[in-house]
Amino acid sequence: MNPMSALGMIGRTSLGRLAALGRITRFAASTFSHMLRPPFYPREFANALLQVGWLSLPVVALTAIFTGGALALQIYAGGARFNAEAVVPQIVAIGMVRELGPVLVGLMIAARVTSSIAAEIATMKVTEQIDALVTLSTNPMKYLVAPRVLAALITVPVLVGVGDIIGIMGGYVVATETLDFNAAAYLKNTVDFLELRDIVSSLVKGAAFGTIAALMGCYYGMQSGRGAQGVGRATKGSVEAAAVLILAANFVLTGVFFSL
Amino acid sequence: MTHPMIEMRQVAKAFGSNEVLRGVDLEVAKGSSLVIIGGSGTGKSVALKCVLGLIEPDTGEIRVDGKPVGQGDRDAFLARFGMLFQGAALFDSLPVWQNVAFRLLRGSLARPRDEAREIAIEKLRRVGLKADVADRLPAELSGGMQKRVGLARAIAADPEIIFFDEPTTGLDPIMSGVINDLIREIVVEMGATAMTITHDMTSVRAIADNVAMLHGGKIRWTGPVAEMDQSSDPYVEQFISGSAEGPIEAVR
Repeated sequence: MNPMSALGMIGRTSLGRLAALGRITRFAASTFSHMLRPPFYPREFANALLQVGWLSLPVVALTAIFTGGALALQIYAGGARFNAEAVVPQIVAIGMVRELGPVLVGLMIAARVTSSIAAEIATMKVTEQIDALVTLSTNPMKYLVAPRVLAALITVPVLVGVGDIIGIMGGYVVATETLDFNAAAYLKNTVDFLELRDIVSSLVKGAAFGTIAALMGCYYGMQSGRGAQGVGRATKGSVEAAAVLILAANFVLTGVFFSL
Repeated sequence: MTHPMIEMRQVAKAFGSNEVLRGVDLEVAKGSSLVIIGGSGTGKSVALKCVLGLIEPDTGEIRVDGKPVGQGDRDAFLARFGMLFQGAALFDSLPVWQNVAFRLLRGSLARPRDEAREIAIEKLRRVGLKADVADRLPAELSGGMQKRVGLARAIAADPEIIFFDEPTTGLDPIMSGVINDLIREIVVEMGATAMTITHDMTSVRAIADNVAMLHGGKIRWTGPVAEMDQSSDPYVEQFISGSAEGPIEAVR
């Protein structure tokens, strides 16, 4: 390939990515502005709370309990190599609260909620329901986007908190039932070791990841192309973007909380 | 001097290199029913959406009741319109009555829930649907019933202007006749200005006062429906006869 054309291709791709980032940023700014200005749609918001928060609890709980249990087994086995089996409660707690809880909950929300929001809004777009909303004097950003993003912003930190607790309990059950840890000592070590900063970072990550997940679902849904293929692309694109942005945001937030 | 209810002057719109509208001039008199005919992909829906402000034209001017579209209070502007979409565009997650009363449950036209439900049921009756349909979800209805619900939603707030986008597409001839009759009755009864786009010549004869043919991004012919059959325009003649032979290419 001609070096100039390769350079041109890199330039066009970079510009395309930057333009997409700009569109997403404008979409996010517009969403936050609509969250603050009336009219508000409390029924839509309540429904979004139910869909994003309550109905995601089972999958979050199952993910957390298995992860906590596996983590306890891994730390015990790894720690045994240098006689450090006793650190299981502390490492399970810090691992779940600082990293695995928020990241896994964020990714599960991306899989469950982002895909569902993108598919729903994209289908509404291709069947002209979005146009119908506008002709009925209803702004789709206020009616569809703002309630979903606000619900995710509020409920995902709660889900992360619940996931952290269940994950720690998963580690506790495995440690006390199969690894002969003392139950009271395990809980005391867990509580003593965790700092307020760990918990705050977990919840802040939850809020950031929830916002990213819902925003990507709404953005890709609203940008959907025509037909079933358009809906499929929007759904796939939203989950990919949400997952990558959640992992990138996790890196940045971990740096902000623990490297400064 | 009275001005037309809807007025389009040299309206052009392109999507990338595809010039869909190339200078559309059109007038719809207050209280009249205009039907736009034309082949698939000739920009009929785009023209309609330009009037509603759902699509912004690249050039040209559109006036509604003498005022340029896009100026003034958007909610007040949209409150003057009702629209029946091609696929009805009912909201899947809401029961039928909430679809019909959507505008009456929120915004500037909001009313108490019970009152909005009563109006919805009355509008459903007006389009020939029984009250027991009110609590069903759109997915539980046939295509013809969905179109009627869409029609009930379009007229729920007694709009001054009603748009019908392919109102009989996908319906059997009997249901098409029912929908055509309903549209005509409702438009006359409400004194509304109507703009319809369709390929269905039976609909054209049932609904229209005036007809406009859109081809090549421009209005080829416009006139009263009674004069349509005597039009000497070869495009209109071919469209009415449905012949593959003529100036309109069969493969586009």
